[in-house]
Amino acid sequence: MYPDDLKYSKEHEWVRMSGDIAEIGVTVFAQESLGDVVFVDLPEVGTNVEQFAKFGEIESVKAVSDLFSPIGGKITEVNSAAADTPEVVNEDPYGSGWLIKVELNDTAQLDELMDAATYQATLE
Amino acid sequence: MTISINAGGVDRRLLMDRSVTGRKAFTLPASDVPTQNLPDSSLLRDDVELPEVSQLEVIRYFSVLSQLNFSIDTNFYPLGSCTMKYNPKINDELSNLPGLANIHPLQPDVTVQGAIRLLKNLQDDLGEITGLSGVSLAPLAGAQGEYAGLLIARAYHDARSDSARTVAIVPDSAHGTNPASAAMAGLEVVTVRSDDQGNVDVENLRELANSNTAVFMLTIPSTLGLFEPNILEITKIVHDAGGLVYADGANLNALLGVVKLGDLGVDICHSNLHKTFSTPHGGGGPGSGPVMVTNELAKFLPKPVAVKTDVGYVLATPEMSVGSINGFHGSFSIAARAYAYIKALGQEGLRSVSENAIISANYIQAKLRDKYDLAADRYCMHETVLSAARQKKRGVAGLDIAKRLLDFGIHAPTMYFPMIVDEALMVEPTESESKETLDHFIAVMRQIDDEVDSAPELLHDAPHDLPVTRLDEATAARKPVLRWSAEV
Repeated sequence: MYPDDLKYSKEHEWVRMSGDIAEIGVTVFAQESLGDVVFVDLPEVGTNVEQFAKFGEIESVKAVSDLFSPIGGKITEVNSAAADTPEVVNEDPYGSGWLIKVELNDTAQLDELMDAATYQATLE
Repeated sequence: MTISINAGGVDRRLLMDRSVTGRKAFTLPASDVPTQNLPDSSLLRDDVELPEVSQLEVIRYFSVLSQLNFSIDTNFYPLGSCTMKYNPKINDELSNLPGLANIHPLQPDVTVQGAIRLLKNLQDDLGEITGLSGVSLAPLAGAQGEYAGLLIARAYHDARSDSARTVAIVPDSAHGTNPASAAMAGLEVVTVRSDDQGNVDVENLRELANSNTAVFMLTIPSTLGLFEPNILEITKIVHDAGGLVYADGANLNALLGVVKLGDLGVDICHSNLHKTFSTPHGGGGPGSGPVMVTNELAKFLPKPVAVKTDVGYVLATPEMSVGSINGFHGSFSIAARAYAYIKALGQEGLRSVSENAIISANYIQAKLRDKYDLAADRYCMHETVLSAARQKKRGVAGLDIAKRLLDFGIHAPTMYFPMIVDEALMVEPTESESKETLDHFIAVMRQIDDEVDSAPELLHDAPHDLPVTRLDEATAARKPVLRWSAEV
């Protein structure tokens, strides 16, 4: 449910580091709480986002929620598949349901995030 | 979605599916003007699909459609936060009296003195009910009332050359219109947390309130149906920081004759006349969201405001008005209904409205608390927020419970709101319902809780007996079909 190689925020987003690129999405807990996702609003490539600041919106059959970026930096890529077929966020939140990629500008940001065990403990 | 044809002996085909080429519901009279040729004959298209049906077919179609309505006139409708109470029909009749219905907003004031007097008297009554004597009836809905109130807050700070105040503080339990109205009014939204009792986290508010604070928006009672016990401290914190307090009066049905918002330190509020004061709500029809302010802020009210002068009643523009926020005077017929309702009930009657609304909600809460979790374990006001968290652990979601209620002829409560409550089911019974109806609802909710273990499929598949059963809401939202097509 919560892969060990990812970092987590209290707002239920995950980060996967690959070099200095952070891949970001929402956790299984988030997609289950939201229910069926019907719309994802993502930022434009090239814009900057601050750590823990809002970068988009996710709408489910229940509600519209803000998306908060666990990592600050320049957005290098957004997942157009998630925008076009939002069901991927429910089906594969850690894979094809990723949302944005951010160029990490300060590795100290990672210290602000939780590992899988700590994140899971916050859900109990 | 499949609509069954002839279910229950009723023809439920869509109008387009009843179409037969050449059939029509009318006969045009013979033309009595010379024929003109079209400048461009291609303007007439024959590829537009329009229903071709007889008059009787049209009448049957719309009559059947009207009977599919799940409404307060047919069913118990405990939709939390919406105040779906009984609106006395006599007030519809009164607002349709020719002297009220057949006047025009551009008539000279001298010809509509009675109507302007009605507006003035209603302003006075709303001022008395809320303890905020400056009243404009112009806003056409709750959100517009909020917007007007926030414009007033901005105008107040600007008039004092205190223009650095750009922040609206909004609780995390707030209805979505609060931050939306604040953004529309050009304010930046900052969220204040709720504490574990469902109240505003006073310490968090203290940290957030400062020289940037334009206004604090508070729904009272809160969207959790709770009275804010720290309200006096809250209004003091905001005032000490130089900000104004805006009360979202959407839940005014709990306060009539019980407490005045102005006495609590509120500077600005709105009221949804179409919820609390006798206009059917939720039909997409006209609303009315008057804005009420302290005497000090009255000069900023949106125009017009009804005023009594030596020469009679006039529609006036306050000295430093934020201006017009719609075309004319607001929703006059809604104001007429509200005025009739207030005058018929009087002070004691209005108080008993709120008392009974509060007793009904607490009765339901007390009778269900052993089966359903409460958002906050304390007396509620006019609505109780239950949580289906216990049922969720046993495999049934709040959505399934809401859908199952439809099988028993009960409209679903508000679901998944406020968002800070897991599996929220927000129940607002209102003062209109009899004890028998409340007991029926309680019995059904207890039976549904039994079904969570004994027959969960009944809940997962619900509703079973309505014209349309469980909808695929995700596909409906992802791939909406908005136009009729012969192929579907």
